[in-house]
Amino acid sequence: MPAAEYVSPEGLRLDGRRPKELRQLRAELGVLSSATGSALFEMGNTKVLAAVFGPKPVEQRSQEDEKRAIIKCEYAMATFSTGERRRRGKADRRATEITMAIRNTLEQTILTELLPRSQIDIYVQVLQADGGTRCACINAACLAVAAAAIPMRDLVASCAAGYLESTPLLDLNYLEDSGGGPDVAVAIHPNYDNRVVLLQQDNRLAIETFEQVLELAVAGCRAVSGFMRERLQEHTQALAAAQDAGEQDDVGGGDGEDDDDDVMGVDDF
Amino acid sequence: MLQSRSFVKKTKKGKVLKVVREHYLRDDIYSGTPLDRECPPDCYKLSGEAAHYLLVDTNVVLHQMDLLEHPAVCDVIVTSVVLEEVKARNASVYQRLRQLIASDTKRFFVFANEHHRETYVTAEPGESPNDRNDRAIRVAADWYTKRLPARKLILLTDDAENRRKAGELGVQALGSAAYTRQRATEQPELQDLVAAAVAARGEDEQQQQQEDGGSAAAGAAVGGGSGAGKHKERGRSAKRQRVYEDHRPMSDITAGIKAGRYHQGALRVNRFNSFEGWVGSESVGADILVSGRIDMNRAMEGDIVAVELLPEDQWRGPSNKLPAGAAAGGDAAAAADGDEEAEPAPEGAHIAQVDPGEHYGEDAAAAGGAAAKRPTAKVVGIIRRNWRTRGYCGSLQPPKAGAAGGSANHTTSLLFCPVERRFPYIRIQTRQASTLAHQRLVVAIDSWEADSLYPCGHYVRSLGPIGDKDTETEVLLIENDINTSPFTAAVHACVPPLPWAVSEADLSDPNRADLRHLCVCSVDPPGCRDIDDALHVRHLPGGNLELGVHIADVTHFLHPATAMDDEASARATTVYLVQRRIDMLPKPLTEDICSLRADVERLAFSVIWEVTPDAEILSSRFTKSVIRSRAALTYAEAQSRIDDPRLTDDISTNLRSLNALARVLRRKRTQRGALSLASPEVKFEIDTETHDPLDVGMYQVREANQMVEEMMLLANCTVAKFTLRHFPACAMLRRHPVPPPRQFEPLLRAAAAAGVSIDPSSSKTLAESLDRAVRADDPYFNKLIRIMATRCMTQAVYLSSGEVSAPEYHHYGLAAPLYTHFTSPIRRYADVLVHRVLMAALGLRPLPESLRDRELMHGVVDNLNTRHRNAQMAGRASVELHTLIFFRSRQVVADARVTKVRANGLIVFVPKYGIEGPVYLDDDAAANGGADGGGKKKKSAAAAAADSAYVYDEEKQTVRSKDGGAHYTVFDKCAVRICVEEATGNRRQLVLRLVPRGELPASEQMN
Repeated sequence: MPAAEYVSPEGLRLDGRRPKELRQLRAELGVLSSATGSALFEMGNTKVLAAVFGPKPVEQRSQEDEKRAIIKCEYAMATFSTGERRRRGKADRRATEITMAIRNTLEQTILTELLPRSQIDIYVQVLQADGGTRCACINAACLAVAAAAIPMRDLVASCAAGYLESTPLLDLNYLEDSGGGPDVAVAIHPNYDNRVVLLQQDNRLAIETFEQVLELAVAGCRAVSGFMRERLQEHTQALAAAQDAGEQDDVGGGDGEDDDDDVMGVDDF
Repeated sequence: MLQSRSFVKKTKKGKVLKVVREHYLRDDIYSGTPLDRECPPDCYKLSGEAAHYLLVDTNVVLHQMDLLEHPAVCDVIVTSVVLEEVKARNASVYQRLRQLIASDTKRFFVFANEHHRETYVTAEPGESPNDRNDRAIRVAADWYTKRLPARKLILLTDDAENRRKAGELGVQALGSAAYTRQRATEQPELQDLVAAAVAARGEDEQQQQQEDGGSAAAGAAVGGGSGAGKHKERGRSAKRQRVYEDHRPMSDITAGIKAGRYHQGALRVNRFNSFEGWVGSESVGADILVSGRIDMNRAMEGDIVAVELLPEDQWRGPSNKLPAGAAAGGDAAAAADGDEEAEPAPEGAHIAQVDPGEHYGEDAAAAGGAAAKRPTAKVVGIIRRNWRTRGYCGSLQPPKAGAAGGSANHTTSLLFCPVERRFPYIRIQTRQASTLAHQRLVVAIDSWEADSLYPCGHYVRSLGPIGDKDTETEVLLIENDINTSPFTAAVHACVPPLPWAVSEADLSDPNRADLRHLCVCSVDPPGCRDIDDALHVRHLPGGNLELGVHIADVTHFLHPATAMDDEASARATTVYLVQRRIDMLPKPLTEDICSLRADVERLAFSVIWEVTPDAEILSSRFTKSVIRSRAALTYAEAQSRIDDPRLTDDISTNLRSLNALARVLRRKRTQRGALSLASPEVKFEIDTETHDPLDVGMYQVREANQMVEEMMLLANCTVAKFTLRHFPACAMLRRHPVPPPRQFEPLLRAAAAAGVSIDPSSSKTLAESLDRAVRADDPYFNKLIRIMATRCMTQAVYLSSGEVSAPEYHHYGLAAPLYTHFTSPIRRYADVLVHRVLMAALGLRPLPESLRDRELMHGVVDNLNTRHRNAQMAGRASVELHTLIFFRSRQVVADARVTKVRANGLIVFVPKYGIEGPVYLDDDAAANGGADGGGKKKKSAAAAAADSAYVYDEEKQTVRSKDGGAHYTVFDKCAVRICVEEATGNRRQLVLRLVPRGELPASEQMN
């Protein structure tokens, strides 16, 4: 058997994408009514749900920071998220690592100094995993934070790129991810000159190829960011329209407040 | 950034898992032809002028590859569904298909129908994957038909049902036989290329014609046992008796192997008899003999087979007789002609250039006592066929008198005789019997049914007239799987333009030492144009010496992951034939840019040592450098400079110092237990115009050769040590395993018969006992025994250090714990890899990722080892061919030595010409009786009678005639007359006959 071909000589990947194409992106905001903000984010078959609670008073007094808000993060994979259904702990090494990555990224993104003595809880749940979960989690969390109207420096966007068969590939799916090649996950602030806020890499990569792969991943992030901004605006417009309609019909004052914040949240950047 | 336009999900059911994969459908996939207005010009691959386009289905690709490879078949559309199916079913056919697709002249276009929005089909309920794929192919064909002018697209499929359904869609569909018939007037050859078995299957309209042609041949074949096989009508096959036992079903075989009833292993067929072979099996612990046509049950060389041991009373030993003689060969051929049931196997013994790794006419496994019974088994099933996709070279057996052979449009069924004796005859159908009769052909095997004596095959191409030097060279290249195609444009694009010179940038590179002031020179065989290595030595203040070995800096030009690198890696080595060299790298690099020629500045990779005058190494360093060689000497020139004390120029004195150091190094190496073995190399003098051999003689090994060899060994060992220290898991090494004791048995037996004791318990004791093995009356005796010792050795192999544990790195022959190949990067790819590892170890360049990839490296190393071996075999075959051409016009009486004694003859070795072969004692009698050696043909019965006139003593390795007149022991001196005779299967071969030593001219006697 010849080794699996990740990129055919005709330039198509196994799922029919070309090397520099993202998977189908989908996002939906405000999917959970109980959360302050929530978002469902899909990159192809990878599907992630994020819910944000807060800002709210810090639960444990000792952790309170008088200068900034503290961010708590919890990442979990649903038992049914992978082909093989198995219960996963929240504290396994992988989960801890991804939790850290998400928290780190969002701590750099949220304007925590504007919300002293408060706490923001972010829950991220992987519903379906098909490679690139880390990036999808960050994107989902970012959208959920935005939906919660928490002020941010920029809309952080994340995307991964890999290197298989001497070709840089954008947004690896599970099959490509298991190809054993290097995988570079990046998150950037696109409005701050593509400032890199997260960079993780599996496997070795020569420095010259690393630059190519990084460049591709950043380009991917920019595309993801464009898409997220679009979805966020659509969402806000929908809310605004609903609010207008609500004011006319005189229903639901409380929701209106939230929506106002949301609009401001977007306008902030 | 492109976004995918739309998508559907494709669900594949695995074992228990449900795997969901995305499957994007696109609308930017085009038809690849200028005839389609929607196709953008950069996608054009198919020609606008082609008479028609072919769209092939999977079975056509799998079974009719030779047809598709024919130059007349071009403008072919391969759908991605076909590509995937072929990849899953046959890796080697897939490789060939990929090559066709990559070729510019064949115009094979891949249409990604599976990702095309309009041609993607989902399986209907109840539809099998096969049917779904067939439908996908039809849908793609339909898509093309609608976009192209009428009758432009032909769907090529051998499945009648598929053709019918395509017809309903309005797609023009043809079977491969019908297609070639359509083109018969323009390309008659195509019809022969259609694989026999498949062509007939489902070819209704073809059936009748096949019958007509087939019956003519079958009618002539006695007993109807010919190989035309299963594609005759049913009634007929009832008449034909079953020749072989049916193979057991796969499930039975797997269960049998598990239960220990059957044993699995690769079959190694006797080099001289296609119906005797050995299966190495771990479960039995010894090699198992399979002997005879019926027990072999259609298995061929290299097949993975399952065998069942026979009851012990049926065990046999391998034959202790020489294969039926050359004299009997003609009769065997006649018998095979007259009666198809006769064994055509005894095709005459073969005179061979001596292969240092092999015992003549005897498998290494059989060496442990020829008469002893060995575990014997029969083949019950073939787990994996090893049929060559590149085909087999050979020629047609002349058709029998009375058989219709001439008429151009009739199919004749003929036997094809491969040049390699390991393989059985192959039955082929051809319409061009008369034109092919005196040609060397390539034939591929299609099938071997139980009712067919021989495998069925089809004609692939013809190489040229039999006996022609170029044709026969082509044959040996194909037989050894050597790629002689010119380098592609992409490869040439990697070569810097000529004239090339060392640039300023190279000189100013801080990592490149300027060694142009050193008095460097190279020593190589005469006519060598790819100079890999050069040497220097100079005296340092304080009495020590600086010794330098400078190797062509090939990796400066050959970068990883380029087209040139891929090509070099696939070729793995330059192949040297007597009259020709097949390069690993393009000629400008091989002969000019990399070659360390005299008086020009060249880039080098240098190893420099500081040594004491006693060759004690004090320090070593490695550097990239620029050198200017002062002289490119031949071995003879270097030797005469060393020997002539009047010469006091720099080069000569340096050579003398180098030689002195080399002597000390060699002495130390011998003390460590390095073996000094011998191989019977010969050298031809070639006519510059006709390229025919003018003279042949033993290759003279001078001290200068040994001097260069010693320096290279030192460089290789130093590099091996250094690279392994830096990269314990991915250094490239060369190891030589300790030969298993039983491999020494033939040597020990022969030596014991000669009254010499050999101690093979370690390389040191072996080296010492070889040194003691001398005979006062025969100065050649020691060389001969060293040649025999060489044959006991295992093959040295490359390895990546991560693959085996450290003690196994040992190189037995050199008695070195670590060894590698560093010194010939122009002609060996292994050295290129070593250069890269060394560069990385020195921090000059990062280690290429591919070198870390263990699985990938395993494949690369395997390829290096096979190619290395093939190159050696091809080189030897070329020498053999030239020896044959040399003797075509002359008969010589030469000095010879007996190397083995058998019951009916001797194996003798002729040192001067480096050939070894059998002589028959009965033949000897004939020669003594004054009969002219020429066309004397003896009956096999006579051979048997003569046989009994001799008494064979295996223990003493002697054979004596009953009347006591003749007596031969191993190592005896004798004399043979060498001449060329025509043998069966258009094999012209050397024949040796014993003559009294008195006939030996003084000029031929060896001292």
